Parts: sequence; structure tokens; C-alpha cells
Amino acid sequence: MNLNELKKTDAELRALSETVLKLSKKYGASDAELSLNRGSGLSVEIHQENIDKLEYHRDQGLSLTVYMGQQQGSATTGDLSTQAIEDTVKAACNIAKFTGEDKYTGLADAQLMAGDMGDLDLYHPWDLNAESAIQIATACEKAAMSYDDRIINSDGASISSYSGLSVIANTHGFIGVTPSSRHNLSCSVIAQAPNTTAMQRDYWYTTSRQHEALDSPEHVGEKSAELTLSRLNGRQINTQQATVLYSPEMARSIISHFTSSISGGSQYRKTTFLLGAKGEKVFPDFIRLHEQPHLISGFGSCYFDRDGVATVDRDIVVDGVVQDYIMGSYSARQLGLKTTANSGGTHNLTLDSTGQTFDELLKLMGTGLLVTELIGSGINGVTGDYSRGAAGFWVENGKIQFPVEEITIAGNLKDMFQNIIAVGNDVDPRSATQTGSILIEGMMVAGE
Amino acid sequence: MNPSHFQQVEQQLLEPAGLNISDLEKIFAHLKGADLADLYFQSNRFESWGLEDGIIKNGTYSIEQGVGVRMVIGEQTGFSYSDEISFDALTASAKAAAGIGKAGQTGRIQAWQAKDAQKMKALYQMDNPLAAMSEDEKIALLNLADKEARSASPHVQQVIANIAGVYEHILIADNEGNLNADIRPLVRMNITVVVEKDGKRESAGTGGGGRFGFDYFTQADRVREYAQEAVRLALVNLDAVAAPAGSQTVVLGSGWPGVLLHEAIGHGLEGDFNRKGTSAFSGRVGEKVASNGVTVVDDGTLENRRGSLNIDDEGTPTNCTTLIEDGVLKGYMQDKLNARLMGEQSTGNGRRESYAHLPMPRMTNTYMLAGKEDPQEIIASVKNGLYAVNFGGGQVDITSGKFVFSASEAYLIENGKVTRPVKGATLIGNGPDVLTKVSMIGNDLALDKGVGVCGKAGQSVPVGVGQPTLKIDGLTVGGTEAQS
Repeated sequence: MNLNELKKTDAELRALSETVLKLSKKYGASDAELSLNRGSGLSVEIHQENIDKLEYHRDQGLSLTVYMGQQQGSATTGDLSTQAIEDTVKAACNIAKFTGEDKYTGLADAQLMAGDMGDLDLYHPWDLNAESAIQIATACEKAAMSYDDRIINSDGASISSYSGLSVIANTHGFIGVTPSSRHNLSCSVIAQAPNTTAMQRDYWYTTSRQHEALDSPEHVGEKSAELTLSRLNGRQINTQQATVLYSPEMARSIISHFTSSISGGSQYRKTTFLLGAKGEKVFPDFIRLHEQPHLISGFGSCYFDRDGVATVDRDIVVDGVVQDYIMGSYSARQLGLKTTANSGGTHNLTLDSTGQTFDELLKLMGTGLLVTELIGSGINGVTGDYSRGAAGFWVENGKIQFPVEEITIAGNLKDMFQNIIAVGNDVDPRSATQTGSILIEGMMVAGE
Repeated sequence: MNPSHFQQVEQQLLEPAGLNISDLEKIFAHLKGADLADLYFQSNRFESWGLEDGIIKNGTYSIEQGVGVRMVIGEQTGFSYSDEISFDALTASAKAAAGIGKAGQTGRIQAWQAKDAQKMKALYQMDNPLAAMSEDEKIALLNLADKEARSASPHVQQVIANIAGVYEHILIADNEGNLNADIRPLVRMNITVVVEKDGKRESAGTGGGGRFGFDYFTQADRVREYAQEAVRLALVNLDAVAAPAGSQTVVLGSGWPGVLLHEAIGHGLEGDFNRKGTSAFSGRVGEKVASNGVTVVDDGTLENRRGSLNIDDEGTPTNCTTLIEDGVLKGYMQDKLNARLMGEQSTGNGRRESYAHLPMPRMTNTYMLAGKEDPQEIIASVKNGLYAVNFGGGQVDITSGKFVFSASEAYLIENGKVTRPVKGATLIGNGPDVLTKVSMIGNDLALDKGVGVCGKAGQSVPVGVGQPTLKIDGLTVGGTEAQS
């Protein structure tokens, strides 16, 4: 989507928002809110120098919620024609006639709506044609395949570019328009040690809102080959208690388990092991987790949440103590609290580092398990019980000894949070949640 | 095919756009030289209702429709789609998909002509499942779920109940002139409860569904059955002790634990991974990969099942495909592209999430056939081990073969008897050898209740699983307790 298309789309979606909100009132809604999006993109996947897939994407959609007093109804459509819009509004209004009275429902308070909105620099479309996309992905795969003889196959090199516009609007008169872009390049290859049958696969990727900021195809390819080779000859270890170091890519999942457990929804439904944790010390003293919604070019940056409420910088955990939950206006009302502008999720989280490099964390761990992959979803949010499949490396004397696979790591998240020893400065920048490696003691590793 | 079947789909998808079957010739003219090309027209009406706190909190209705255009030359696929069904949008999509042809076109150019629509089986009804009940009746169903769950135990604190249904119309036209249509109903109901007792809280959910109307849930006391089962599960877990950690004998219950088969071998036997040689099962057809007596099939032809289809999303009739027969690997699940490149026939496993996604080999209903053992005797044969009867999801790395699946209801077996419940734990194993450790197969084959969703390469499709009670000698259990 180039600049001219963007301007045209901007005008169209603004007009459409107004139409939808007016129609909602016409069909009996006391209030309404919507999200609208339109975007386009291209993706190419290369497998063994062949174009496996060349895909053109073009998406658009409307998601509408209407309120009739304290009753609500929703409808969505991918068809934005006049007739489909009218049908969608009618469907949402019809549903609102049948839902129950919910005293917590409705738009967020009008005075909380976002006002001044600057440019967060999220929109950098890439005029990428199929030929150059094929060239880049091919170069990436080549770098991986030629890295070492033990790389025996490719699981594909992919490039994708997407740009578009999203709109949030409601009958308070709020309208927020966010143009954004995202570009990705990834490579996955397969290795096999000579005279063995077992294969290993790993991958690497680069992602950015600006295509100029992507890592080179060669770097991505080589890195994917290096990671894949490092997994060869993996084995199980004995079942034992161990200290576990989560790589930065895996460490993000620990933060996400925490944010789910203090989400407004899990608090008011009482489906969390951290029920009523506001003001409680859940982590060691040195843990600080904070949210910065207005980072320039950030993956989670925005001036407003899905309710239209203005986002603000805030601390979520200070000195290990939970400062507030993660709420939109609905769950905040349920809990008798003020919204934290998190309807739809968090916006750029950072877990502060305790200062160590990755190598220093290995030394600090001494003996233990470095986890670089987690599979499955064995987490009970109500009790905090945690049990997941894992792969990584066994570490002794602060040095990686051999790759490990077909094991599980288990514990209870409540204990795991308290048992964090350190957070590295080896931050993985490719996500809206930024953290270095996390070192946790006292986990149960199950293997042989 | 039932002519009214086809006419109904044509009416739904082509007529509003002023399109005729004969117009498709002009679209296929842009796709000349393809080894395989198809147009996938789809409309999808979705409706859901949710209850929480005893209140019907929300309902959602959606209409999605569009057309996907695919052109395949050799191993290369070009794809484009439009959420507008019109001659112009189709032309634009066809031209974009044909971009793949620039890599080097080969002959095989013929004029496109529609063939007569094929006769087709009817595994499910054509009626709109959403219209099978009025809004008031749907709401009554959810209120009943709330009432049944709360009356099942005084410890129930919260009940969350949902019903959702989809009514899909599909028309597939390919470059050979084949026309296939399908009308697919799909409904499900889920009930989740939170219980609290002595300051401890637990949650559990259950549900069911299939390819029929919402009225399915009003029959045979189903809502009460789901509600009581959710409450029973949550209460069992309230008393659960820590699961033992490490390798042990595991007895898997019948039905939903068949997710083992889906993860451990199912994905590894999908044609795309094997054509590319990236699966731990690549090149192993004819080899022994399971114990004697183990036979596993993928069967898309079961009436009314969630994973069943009259035709797959490429128009191929679904089959019952034998994957493993008496321990020996027989074959893969194929779509048209991968079958052609491997010199095989499509097994009717080409599926896609929607018109906006490319088809690929996917499972339908995957299950193991029954053996001869009495389930009680299987349990009695284990000195110390784990009896796992309910599971959440799973995941697999198809290249290394390592897979996981997470138990949500499990018990210790001590001296041949099921004793205390243990907390949910993840089980991990190696796909190509886990079935060689099967030492007993029960006579109690059961299929799941119809709520399974499978994710692959970002696409979700409804699936089913099943199995009889199984004894596996040695699976790693991700508990927290050292084994005695």
C-alpha cells in the first residue's frame, strides 16, 4: 500500500466508520464501537531454490459492537459493501435485543478517550515485487544450505511484507487511525550428523517495521544453520531438580504467563493463581516490568487501546510488587478499578535487566539447563502449575556441554516467579515484549 | 452430486455476482499452462453466543465470503484471493496467481470446459444449523448449562458457556473442468466451570459438537452431561497431588487421548513434509513403526463427525486412509499437489482454513482401531504408572519427531489399581518409536466428542481423534515429584 493508496484508504475508512456508527444508532443502538482494517501484502516461500509459494494478500474487515442500554451485540464482516455493512449493523443490533443486562458493559468513559496523537513512525511500506522477494529469500536459503555439509535439507526460507491501516472509532466521537507496516525474513533448515538417521531443525528470523532495518539474508541464513547444527546429537538427561536459563526468545513466555495472570479478565473471573495480587510481592526485589506505549516504531506502540482510551507509560511491577492489573474498561468496572488502557492487550513491555551478559548468566548458573525451545501448552492458569516440553543444552561449569531434547520442565509459576535469580541484558529486540535471558532455580526436569 | 446441492451453492456464491459457470472459462484462460489450477469460492456464516455470571453477555454474527485462485506449475504455487466475488476481482486474482508462471511456462494448453458435476456422498445434512433454533432457544440452552453446572455441586463459583455454529457453502472449479460443491454445517458447545473448596480453586471445561444443527444439544440430556462432566473434572483436580516426573508406564484412556496419534504420527505422515523429506517418517513406508496389532487410519467419511467432509477443499472425495497397518507404515495423507509430485493419488486430505489460505495435506478424523484387551486388565497389569484419561492440546516437531501432549485428568496406578488423581502434566515422546512401545490395546475404541481444532502453518481446521485404551511402556511424564 503506497502513500496515495494510504490517503485514499484513510479517507474511505474514516467515512465508513461514521456511516457504521450512524447506522447503528438508526437501528436502535444507544452506543457503538468498531474496528476497521484494510491492508495488503506479499509473501514468498523458497524451498531448495524453488519458488514453493508466491502469495498475494489483501485483507479487510469490520468488527462492530453495539450497545442498547446495558445489552450488547457484535458482528463482523469481511465484505465492506453498502449492503453487507447494513446487514452487519442489523445483525449486531438484533443480537443486542437478546443478550442479558450487564451493568458493567458499555463504552469506556468519554473523558478517557485519547486526544493528541503524534506520529509513532509505524508505517514504512516496502515496494517489494515478486522478483526481488524471490531473490532475497533465495539468497537467505543459499547462505544456510552452503554453511555446512551437515545441513542436508531446507524447511524453507520465507519473506513477507504487509502494510495497512486500522481504525478504532466509537460514538463518543473518538476516531483513531493507525497506519502500520511489518516485514519479515525467516529461514529454517534441517541438519543430520554423518552416519546417523536423526534429523534436527531450527530457524531464525528478522522482523521490522522498516525493511531497511532487516538483517541481511546471509545473516539470517547462517544463523539458522548455526542453530540447527548446534542441536545435532541431542539426548535426554536424567530426571532431576535443576536451575534453568530461558533464552531471551523463550523468556518472553514467562512474562506472558505473568501478564495473563494479572489480566482483568482472569482477575474478575477468578481464574488466576495470582488472584488479588495488586500490591503483593510476586517477584524478587530486583524485578521491574514496565509498559511504554509510545516507543517510536515499537511493535506494540499505539496512542489508544481498543476502547479508544489514551495509553500512558506505567510500571506494572516495581521492586517485585504488582502495581496494577492489565485491564480494559470492562474488566476494570467488574473489579471496581480504573482502566489501564489495555483493552486488546499490552503495548511494549520491558523487563529490566539485572546487568549480566548471556555468558555471565551461564557462569552464574554453573550447572543446569539452558532452554532454547518450548513446546506444548501445559499451563494451568488457575493453579499456576507449569509443565512443558523443552529442548536446549546441558551446562556445567558455566559452559555448554551438549544438546538436550525430549525432556520436560515443570514447576509452579508462583514459585518460578519468586525463584528468578537474574535477568540478562541479551535482549531480543524482535518483539513488543523485551527481555533478556531469565535464570530460574529449583525446577524439575523430567527425562530418562 | 445431488443437483439441488449444487444449485444451492451456485445460487449462494455465483448468482449474486452475476457469474455463470461458463464465465469461468475466461478466468481459466489466465491460468493456462498450469499443472493444477483451481478457484475456491466460499461463503461462511458464523454465529456464537456466550454466557458468564449467569448472564448472556454477548453474541456475534459474521458473514465472510470470497474466492481464492491458485496456479501450480511443477512444485511452484502462485496464489491470490479476493473477499469480493465478481468477474473483475476474479480476473485480477487469476492474473496475480499466474505470476508464478513467469518462472518458465510449459505447454499443456487446452480450452476450459465445465464437466458435469459429480455425484457425491452426503455425510451430513444441508440445512442451516444456525436456523435450527430460535435465538430464545439458543439462550435457553446456555441458561440450562449454567443451571445444570451450578446444581451439580455447591462448589461451583463460575460457569462460562458458549455455543458456536458455522454454515459454509463451497464451490471448487479446477482447470480440468471439474466442479464440486459442498454445504457444511458445524456446531459446538463448550462449558467451563470454576470451583472453589477450602480456599483452593480449579477450573475445567468440556463440550461437544459435530456437523449438524444446534438442536443436537437439546437431545439426550447432552447439556446436563457436559455440565456435570466439567464439574466432575474440576472437582477431581481440586484433590490432585503432584505428578511423578520421569519415564514411566502410561495407560491412556479411550477417546480424546487419541490426540497422541494426531501429534506423534499424524502430522509426520502428511504428504507435504514427506515430499520435502523434512519428516522423521520420510522414506519409511513399509517399515515397522509400531507394535503388532497397531492399526491407525485417517477417516474423513464418518457421518456427522467434526473432522468429516464429503469432499476435501480440492474437490476430492474423502477416504478412510490406512496410515499404519498391524505396525507397518502404509502411506501418507495427500493433497493433489504433493500426491502428483510423489507419484501417488490424493487421499482427499487437501484442506484449507478459508478461501484466503492455500490448501495442504491435513488430517480429518484420526484414530486407532480397537484391540482385544479388557481396559480393566490393562490397568491391572501395571505395577506403578500413570493413567491419563483427558488431555488438553499437543504439539510436534515433525523433523526430530519429538511431540508433547498435556494431560488434564490423570491418576496414579499403584499395584494395578487406579488411586490418587495427579495434577496435569505434559507427556513427551518420540513419534517414530512411541507406538513401538504399545504393549496392550483395549477393545474399547471411542472417538472424541467433537471440539478438536488442529493448527498448521497458521491455519486452523476442525478435526477428530480417537483410540482404544492403550498401554505404553515408557513415556516421559513432566511432573514435579521425584519418583519413589
